[in-house]
Amino acid sequence: MADQTQRLLPRPTPETRHFWEGAQAGELRLQRCGDCGTAYFPPRPFCPKCSSRNVSVFAASGKATLYSYVISHIPAPGLEPPYSVAVVTLEEGPRMMTNVIGCEQTPEALTLDMPLEAVFEAQTDEITLPFFRPAV
Amino acid sequence: MARGTVAVVGAAETTDMGVIPETSELQLHADAALNAMADAGLAAADIDGIASAGEAPDVLAQYLGITPAWLDGTLIGGSSFMLHVRHAMAAIEAGLCTTVLITHGESGKSRVEAKGFPEFIGGKLAGQFEVPYGGSLPPTMFTIPVLRYLETYGLKPEDMAPVSVVQREWAAMNPRATFKDPITVDDVMNSRMIAYPFTLLMCCLRTDGGGALILTSSDRAGDFPQPPVYILGTGEAAEGPMVSQLDDFTSSKAFRLSGERAFSEAGISRGDVDHLMIYDAFAHVPLYGLEDLGFCKPGEAAAFVRDRNTAPGGGLPMNTNGGGLSYMHSGMYGMYALQESVRQVRGIAPAQVPGANISVAHGVGGMFSVAGTIIFGSEPHKR
Repeated sequence: MADQTQRLLPRPTPETRHFWEGAQAGELRLQRCGDCGTAYFPPRPFCPKCSSRNVSVFAASGKATLYSYVISHIPAPGLEPPYSVAVVTLEEGPRMMTNVIGCEQTPEALTLDMPLEAVFEAQTDEITLPFFRPAV
Repeated sequence: MARGTVAVVGAAETTDMGVIPETSELQLHADAALNAMADAGLAAADIDGIASAGEAPDVLAQYLGITPAWLDGTLIGGSSFMLHVRHAMAAIEAGLCTTVLITHGESGKSRVEAKGFPEFIGGKLAGQFEVPYGGSLPPTMFTIPVLRYLETYGLKPEDMAPVSVVQREWAAMNPRATFKDPITVDDVMNSRMIAYPFTLLMCCLRTDGGGALILTSSDRAGDFPQPPVYILGTGEAAEGPMVSQLDDFTSSKAFRLSGERAFSEAGISRGDVDHLMIYDAFAHVPLYGLEDLGFCKPGEAAAFVRDRNTAPGGGLPMNTNGGGLSYMHSGMYGMYALQESVRQVRGIAPAQVPGANISVAHGVGGMFSVAGTIIFGSEPHKR
């Protein structure tokens, strides 16, 4: 049986490595299309809207709002129930999955559209995960 | 594409249903296939096209002794079989083959040599950007959109509970259903919390089973023992497997597009539908389905179910086998929705809807990732 104390961690690919290096540096790195201006996530070396390869990496603000979530009572590797599994809308537009941390894991504490900010926690020497907490 | 050019002439589920530890996943496919072949009065030599999900179609062909001229191994989760029906119809119309067997078997509970649906791990995008946060299982992925849906329409978690209650009423009429005892809204709300706002009784079962269909040209459909069930319209659409990247959490784009295609192809209106199956992995999925297929306005499906429109005696009987919530759910449930639609149109369902001439079976693959919609009729054209 797999180790249940350790989260299932990402295996970066050449196309996503900038994101994971950014997380280690405490930055949420997104990409933007140089032709149509779309900011997008998850990472890929072309624009999902207009298919242009003219794209660049930039550091996002880390500000987000809570779009939707569940509070899981199911044990998962490295996650102690109850824990939120959330989708947040970044200030720059894209959405991403995360855990909202630093607050009670209750419906009362987790209100939709609440302002959040990114925080970074090292999991291993190679992998740091971005999380979100209520904005202060 | 012409309506009613292809028909279902054989349909059956596995001999047993529920917990079947003495049977491997491969044999569940085969058991269902043999039952469907018997239903159609056909042998392996009569079949020249094969489609399956989980087990590959070439594996099934060799095991069953079929020499296929056409294969389809589309594996996109629970609605794979709706897509197989659509692709098989096109293949038969194009003359690529004449008689297609579509099989499903899944050792979803006992896991005897189970293949099932591939997991999201490691270097895949979902493995990198969803799985580390616990978004690795259906109860924490399929469910994430619903709080946004509820908030948008001023609904509460308990507004989903009648879906489970009504489907248990249908299951009570089905001897093969796993759960048959009546439940109340309070029972649903007081059952164990799985992933707020979803309690245990809002989540599907995990069981073993299978099912198979045999399709052929409508020109030949009169030559079989069972009354043919014609395919009037089909649709498929995809949005993608990462739930965090879905356009809109209050509605499924794949559901809307697949449904529109099927109804357009069939040339029927929602009011023509006598019976409806909407894949119910969780209690919210039929609510999205009712709205995205155009049976209810946005935000009105919960009241529609609460007011017993989909219940026994209601105007739009839905999930009449008891659904994934009470009948069975092997993992890729879509085949069982198709089977119940065929039974209803044949007039042999355990909870038979009187005059079920047109039935819609709508399936979902992954977590709102892929949709497939099949419209069946007792006649090749709308009566």
